Amino acid sequence: MRDLDNPFSPFTGRRCPEGADEGQRHAGQNLALPLTCLPASSPRKRGEESLPPATAPFLGFARLLRDHAFAIAPEQITSFMQAVSLLGPRSMNDIREAALAILASSPDRRGEFEAHFRAYFYGDAKPSIEGEEDETRVKDDRGARAEENQTVGQEKGGELSSALEQLSSRDFPGDADGLGQFRRKLASALPARRSFRTARTRSRGTLDLRRSLSEIVSADGDIPSPQLRRRQAVPRKLLLLIDVSGSMKLHTADYLKLAHAAVQGADSAEVFTFGTRLTRITSALRIRNREQALARAAALVDDWDGGTRMGPTLLAFLSVPRFSAFARGACVVVLSDGLERGSHAELEIAMRRFRARAFRLSLATPLAGDPRFRPATSALRAILPVLDDLVDGSSLTSLTDFILSLARPAPAAGTIWKRVS
Amino acid sequence: MANADAVAVAASPEAIAARLVASRYLADDSLATAIFLAIRLGKPLLLEGAPGVGKTEAAKAVAELLGRELVRLQCYEGIDAGHALYEWNYQRQLLAIRHAGEHEIDIYDDRFLIARPLLQVLRAPERRVLLVDEIDRSDHEFEALLLEFLSDFQISIPERGTIRAATQPIVILTSNRTRELAEALRRRCVYHWIGYPDARREAEIIMLRSGDVAEATARAVANAVQEIRARPLAKPPGIAEAVEWANAATILEKGGSPWPEAFRRAIGVLIKDEEDLSAIAPELGRIVDEALG
Repeated sequence: MRDLDNPFSPFTGRRCPEGADEGQRHAGQNLALPLTCLPASSPRKRGEESLPPATAPFLGFARLLRDHAFAIAPEQITSFMQAVSLLGPRSMNDIREAALAILASSPDRRGEFEAHFRAYFYGDAKPSIEGEEDETRVKDDRGARAEENQTVGQEKGGELSSALEQLSSRDFPGDADGLGQFRRKLASALPARRSFRTARTRSRGTLDLRRSLSEIVSADGDIPSPQLRRRQAVPRKLLLLIDVSGSMKLHTADYLKLAHAAVQGADSAEVFTFGTRLTRITSALRIRNREQALARAAALVDDWDGGTRMGPTLLAFLSVPRFSAFARGACVVVLSDGLERGSHAELEIAMRRFRARAFRLSLATPLAGDPRFRPATSALRAILPVLDDLVDGSSLTSLTDFILSLARPAPAAGTIWKRVS
Repeated sequence: MANADAVAVAASPEAIAARLVASRYLADDSLATAIFLAIRLGKPLLLEGAPGVGKTEAAKAVAELLGRELVRLQCYEGIDAGHALYEWNYQRQLLAIRHAGEHEIDIYDDRFLIARPLLQVLRAPERRVLLVDEIDRSDHEFEALLLEFLSDFQISIPERGTIRAATQPIVILTSNRTRELAEALRRRCVYHWIGYPDARREAEIIMLRSGDVAEATARAVANAVQEIRARPLAKPPGIAEAVEWANAATILEKGGSPWPEAFRRAIGVLIKDEEDLSAIAPELGRIVDEALG
């Protein structure tokens, strides 16, 4: 059972995070060397001034993770060491399990975590980690899956879009525009729904027994005016799905700026990009500084200006339970030209599913900026009945105006466009 | 740290795994280790995973292996202290005040206190296990409240003072990850991500959880479900659905349907979405045949 040849092999040949602590690096060869450096915030209890040398690799591993932007608290390091000693450790696997249970929190970074673990404890080559941010996994395997499903069909309609993946990255130059106002107005402009959480109110509510009774007690048994509570109104979620395929090239930079303003302004907004893959960029856009946020988001997305697989990627979005939960009761705005390569059956299914989940489903297409635009392509005609809005997405002004008007009722897209054409 | 009987039960991850099997729950090594660590370190256990992978079942199994009662707090949007901690029975208080007349009465007596799940567990931590189910459904305010509870295991009632747990309660939290939980909450917990099991383990689970399903059926169901999960469905089938499917197909087969037909007719318990059904229908025959063969 006891795998004794193993536990201390990690001490050799591992990568030292800072490279400064020579004592730590050679802890394997020289076990007598006391460990003197603790993280500054670590609690220094009596007897902890010099930790047993065997703990050095664990401390070192936690530090390595910290260096790679894993949030690890001092108490987690202590728990990690306790966990390792509770488990034996009988084998390297015990150490790994302890590390996973105590230190690794987000499943999205599991792959990265494992790579660091192997590199550190087994002395593997430096881990090659792509896309350190959220959702790498989903982004990758969804893309791979879509590739498998790729049919060798004739390309009809949408000459601009192609299924070929062209992976490239892009920089966004920053400039000033009227998005500040949009950001400030957004939270109050989104449609509201009644929350189950209640708030105090002076009129029109139900009796708040708790406060009323304490009022009665403090008034010595007199019954003053009753205290009331009422369900609060909270803004709905906003879900932006941005098409980053080649045919949308001219607009994606503007759309990302809009998305940044939306994430900053709304209480709960989620932003995804889709082309040949699906990428969640919400967490990148939470950075306040726009240039930084956009640069981060740009680095996350692999499929800039590539082909379009609109239907399959949107279906992939809906088949991840936690993503489709974002769409539930939300205002879903798809920013795309709706040019789907080949068959649009999947796009239609995806849009119908969105319709069933969302509070309001809108498609903003830059093509509608042209006064002669009519929803004439077969894909657009097929999804028109399920759309609440089909609007002009060619300029930031028209888009911000539209999003700020989401709370106001409007006739369904089908009705409007039938009247026009 | 944790109390003595729990420590005695949790001698090693293997002991936990064996006891979980006795409670009809098949845990992989990683989950058994996480449960072991949570009990021994006295930390809450945070289980995350897609819907239907058996998070709540795991909590039930842990309560059973410790021989304790499971107190479940189902979270929902808008849940607040009154639903989670305690509430005063205002009607009874008012009646008592009127009844007492001129006598003095303590309206903050125990009999007016309604203990909600967190307080119930705090009062008898050695007899109860707390399950905070689907915490991602609650809002941020509630998460903060829970954080306070989980770090000190105490509740302050202004009228009564602070109630502290005699020993550290065992707490299990589950989440479907529809929302990111606060870093502070994750940090305090032992974490485990439950994924879908591989076909072999899933077959074992089906055998364990279902009534009388033949081994070949269980294996065929497990294979077919793996295949179906690989497709972009609106609702990928969970383990519970797979178990039901195996049960339903067995019943149909006993009623006289031949094998592949029984699977096809019982598909309604596996896939509960009309569009998913129509998407999978043309391929179902092939999937089932392959799984059987």
